[in-house]
Amino acid sequence: MNSTIDIGKEAIIVERLEKRFGDFTAVAGISFSVSKGEIFGFLGANGSGKSTTIRMLCGLIAPTSGEASVVGYDIVTQTEEIKQAIGYMSQKFSLYEDLTPFENIRFYLGIYSVPEKEWAQRISWVLETTQLTAERNRLTRELPPGLRQRLALGCSLLHRPQILFLDEPTSGVDPLSRRHFWDFIRQLAAEGITVFVTTHYMDEAGNCGRIVLINEGKIVASGSPDEIIRGACPEKPDANLNDAFIKLIKQE
Amino acid sequence: MPACAKQIGTEPYLFNRALSLFSATHVSYRFAGTEAVHDVSLELESGDIFGLVGSDGAGKSTLLRMAATMLKPAAGKITIDGLDTVSDRGKIKSLIGYMPQRFGLYQDLTVEENIDFFMDIFGIYGAERKARKALYLGFSNLLPFTDRPAGKLSGGMKQKLGLACVLVHEPRLLILDEPTNGVDPVSRQEFWEILGRMREKGMTILVSTAYLDEGERCDRIGLMHRGKLLQTATPAEIRCGFPNLEEAIIAKIMEVDRNLAQRAFNVEKLPQ
Repeated sequence: MNSTIDIGKEAIIVERLEKRFGDFTAVAGISFSVSKGEIFGFLGANGSGKSTTIRMLCGLIAPTSGEASVVGYDIVTQTEEIKQAIGYMSQKFSLYEDLTPFENIRFYLGIYSVPEKEWAQRISWVLETTQLTAERNRLTRELPPGLRQRLALGCSLLHRPQILFLDEPTSGVDPLSRRHFWDFIRQLAAEGITVFVTTHYMDEAGNCGRIVLINEGKIVASGSPDEIIRGACPEKPDANLNDAFIKLIKQE
Repeated sequence: MPACAKQIGTEPYLFNRALSLFSATHVSYRFAGTEAVHDVSLELESGDIFGLVGSDGAGKSTLLRMAATMLKPAAGKITIDGLDTVSDRGKIKSLIGYMPQRFGLYQDLTVEENIDFFMDIFGIYGAERKARKALYLGFSNLLPFTDRPAGKLSGGMKQKLGLACVLVHEPRLLILDEPTNGVDPVSRQEFWEILGRMREKGMTILVSTAYLDEGERCDRIGLMHRGKLLQTATPAEIRCGFPNLEEAIIAKIMEVDRNLAQRAFNVEKLPQ
């Protein structure tokens, strides 16, 4: 990527990005962009190439061809810068179950190379924001999924990333916890953090400003939730995003 | 729209008709001093899909484990087709199919070997074995993948294979613990279509879910919170007065648990 990117507006730019594993094409030359402060939904069936794309954007694996930039950093040559600029939370939450929330937070402060003089302030910030102060010394594995999710999200925000990648963040989390989670995500976006999220739950995808739907590594639809619904189900005025998703994937 | 007569409260659904396939009477269970399930009474009509919904730690999985004879109730009793889950455990095994949250497929075995394993357990051989394999792998759209190791299946396919494995002995009662977590919309729809077909064949299905669009597909729903069954009713009854089922469930949980309601993220602490 060169320096002509308008960093002021686009947080992520993806151009003809492709990833092959042997004969298998996981991601087949996709292009899209994500604006700063946007909640961007990246949807697709199990095995459609979503996680592979996220791994490339986070600088964890290199693309076979094509290019992409994340907050202006090239995903092949500037992976260290990208890791400092992004937060990542997956469905598995990546927490140490045998550590307490406090210890998990301290571990991630070290991983993200946050200066030690700022630790105390960041730790209390995360515990207060996620309302986990009372649970700070319990074992993480004893916490219910909704609280583990909060802790994982808090850890992914410790180094104040500009972009947050959320890979199926609410799988198996109860309805009230999901409500609280999405209220907070909208607040983060309003503060200017770009949110890149995958989910299998279309009521949640309704929170996204824009959505890209991929199937077998290719983009099959993109636009606002309303645009996607109207495009996929023009004959059905009461269609929802779930109807649109099923129609778009099945007609492939 | 009918008037919203039902209010929150312990309200065991008393089934008046002749057949009650599943019956839980004043069932409780304790884990390390806390009451995971508290005085739950529930009757399931034969041929119904009954959905258990509620917050994390509400006791849904514990109740399902007791129904599946894996745990003994600390108090109360559960019967399935009149048989007691503790004293008649051996006889009940063939009446139920149970798919826990982390279902133990053999990752190194193929789709076909996994389903063969379950048919061996239940002694299904010959023409019947062939017919059921074709039927349940067919339902699950897994026939093109019979030679693929289970470990190489996508999340949605794994769950459908798990379902096929617990269906091969054609249980009277199917017990599923959050079977569609992490499953995409197309596979979820296929999964629920299979449940619909089994229901038509007369199977009774007891399923927990975190997703209220699935709750809508149940004949009746039980809302659990902190070990208690707060309400059992049809989705329409629970939804009554709310824009949708999810809003209704969230409102009902917040009504009985102010602490949880206030447990939003603290956005005032966001960094500037």
